[in-house]
Amino acid sequence: MTAAVSLRSVSRHFGPVKAMDKVDLEIVPGEFFAMLGPSGSGKTTCLRVIAGFEQPTSGSIAIFGEDATGVPPYRRNVNTVFQDYALFPHFNVIENVAYSLMLRKVPKPERLRQAGEALELVKLSGYGERRPAQLSGGQRQRVALARAIVNRPSVLLLDEPLGALDLKLRENMQEELKSLQRTLGITFIFVTHDQGEALSMADRVAVFSEGRVMQVGSPEEIYTKPNSRFVADFVGSSNVLPPAFVEGVAGVRRWASLRPEAIRVGPPDVGRPCATMVSRIYLGSSTRLMLDLNGTRLHALVPSGPNVPLQGAQVAVEFDASALHLMEGEG
Amino acid sequence: MRSDVARAPLGLKLAAAAGLSFLLAPLLIIFVYAFTTEEKSFVWPPPGLTLKWFAVTWGRPDVWAALSLSVQVAAVSTAVALVLGTLCAAAVSQSRFFGRETISLLVILPMALPGIITGIALRSAFSLLEIPFSFWTIVLGHATFCIVVVYNNAVARFRRTSGSLIEVSMDLGADGFQTFRYIILPNIATALLAGGMLAFALSFDEVIVTTFTAWQQQTLPLWMLEELIRPRQRPVTNVVAMVVVLVTLLPILGAFYLTRDGDQVAGAGK
Repeated sequence: MTAAVSLRSVSRHFGPVKAMDKVDLEIVPGEFFAMLGPSGSGKTTCLRVIAGFEQPTSGSIAIFGEDATGVPPYRRNVNTVFQDYALFPHFNVIENVAYSLMLRKVPKPERLRQAGEALELVKLSGYGERRPAQLSGGQRQRVALARAIVNRPSVLLLDEPLGALDLKLRENMQEELKSLQRTLGITFIFVTHDQGEALSMADRVAVFSEGRVMQVGSPEEIYTKPNSRFVADFVGSSNVLPPAFVEGVAGVRRWASLRPEAIRVGPPDVGRPCATMVSRIYLGSSTRLMLDLNGTRLHALVPSGPNVPLQGAQVAVEFDASALHLMEGEG
Repeated sequence: MRSDVARAPLGLKLAAAAGLSFLLAPLLIIFVYAFTTEEKSFVWPPPGLTLKWFAVTWGRPDVWAALSLSVQVAAVSTAVALVLGTLCAAAVSQSRFFGRETISLLVILPMALPGIITGIALRSAFSLLEIPFSFWTIVLGHATFCIVVVYNNAVARFRRTSGSLIEVSMDLGADGFQTFRYIILPNIATALLAGGMLAFALSFDEVIVTTFTAWQQQTLPLWMLEELIRPRQRPVTNVVAMVVVLVTLLPILGAFYLTRDGDQVAGAGK
């Protein structure tokens, strides 16, 4: 099958800064793909390279099998929803949505019909005559979305689509984006620095760090089987355990990760490793513990309740050896 | 509430009135002299009032020649300034390059420099390059400060226009020309109109740079200066002065109203 977007060893350097460094990515048609990473990790540059706003310093990019290296943004069947939405302030909503149709010289009645349909898809029918300045943040984003999907691009790029929304709106939009993607069957690629967002929305996630792709996989793979200390730490704050510690538990001298929720604590007991409670943070249904096990710091996530040990207490620490994930990427 | 704010004290009102009358009373006196019956010298109060100077002015070919030259110079300088000023503002605000700040300063410099320096500099440059004085040398002189006005207006608008509007337009399939036509121009149009009007008004009453860059031709301000030295049908000058005040005041008012509102950043939607 032809990949929707395929990057082959793409680098984008800004002077001495390697924003992207030999990135290889294959994005499957129709999938919801997340590019996750901290700021400055190269994920936004990667999005801009796919959109055509940036050209690769080296390497090549193909969109549905066609070489897109050097092709300007207006000749790519790829549309972008910008982080600041960038609605045209001098157009009303329907003119904003119909802009790409006007450029393609679609006759006016047909233009209005298609733009109306796109507005319906984002649940903004009846807002056509409003000006962008008269809309709320969430509505502006929907207009930006409608404008980007109106001529059915083969790939839709979203730059931090939920970044500017408040919590409640964010949860709604998350589900709507998913269902919109299913309805349209278009490949969605979105950039985010929020690992929760990436894990809950995406079919597959690429984790970026310092211009490189550290790991690509399903949310579950990324979460339970991080291949490097960076991924383990960035995606859900796993415990990263040094080789010396792992050798004592699993008999192999390797770096390993351990999910905080895999650790159980109990009253001190002879024959079980004993740790000191350093601190605890109440998170509602669960409590996050910081433990000191012979000099190794461990995070544990335990159900909240009266049995949660107090600060300074000695506790027995237990976890299944199978919960320990040995990381391939680390020597 | 605004209406609850204490009203200005009487002293402040009097001071404001005094300040305004200091600024505007001379103008009114000029207007009054346009109707006086005394033609050789200005005596206060005017011995009588008449409208005949309007007819006399209408019939004087030298007034028409000067007026027409001034309008032409102002129109052409404004047109030149609109093109160059906008291009310069676009470059400075939309991209980063070596020496950007310096260029920004150099563009504004002609406005800050005393006109007499600009005038002398241009005159010596023209004679050094053996360029004969003409309509175009006046236009060149005026364009130096007209560009600044257009540039300042355009650069402020470009700064308030979100840069991603251009990217969005390209992303949706518009090439550079279409993006300029449908997105950039509508967003900077009022700023250009305002800048253009100010530039026109500045050029229309410019004296100093014009004296150094014109030869035989007389723009309206130069003509007026000469009329003051040669006492002949003096109130004609006052009639022309009234016209000049009106011609320059209207565009400035227009520019003020056009740029007054619209403080929000265009296209940054949050």
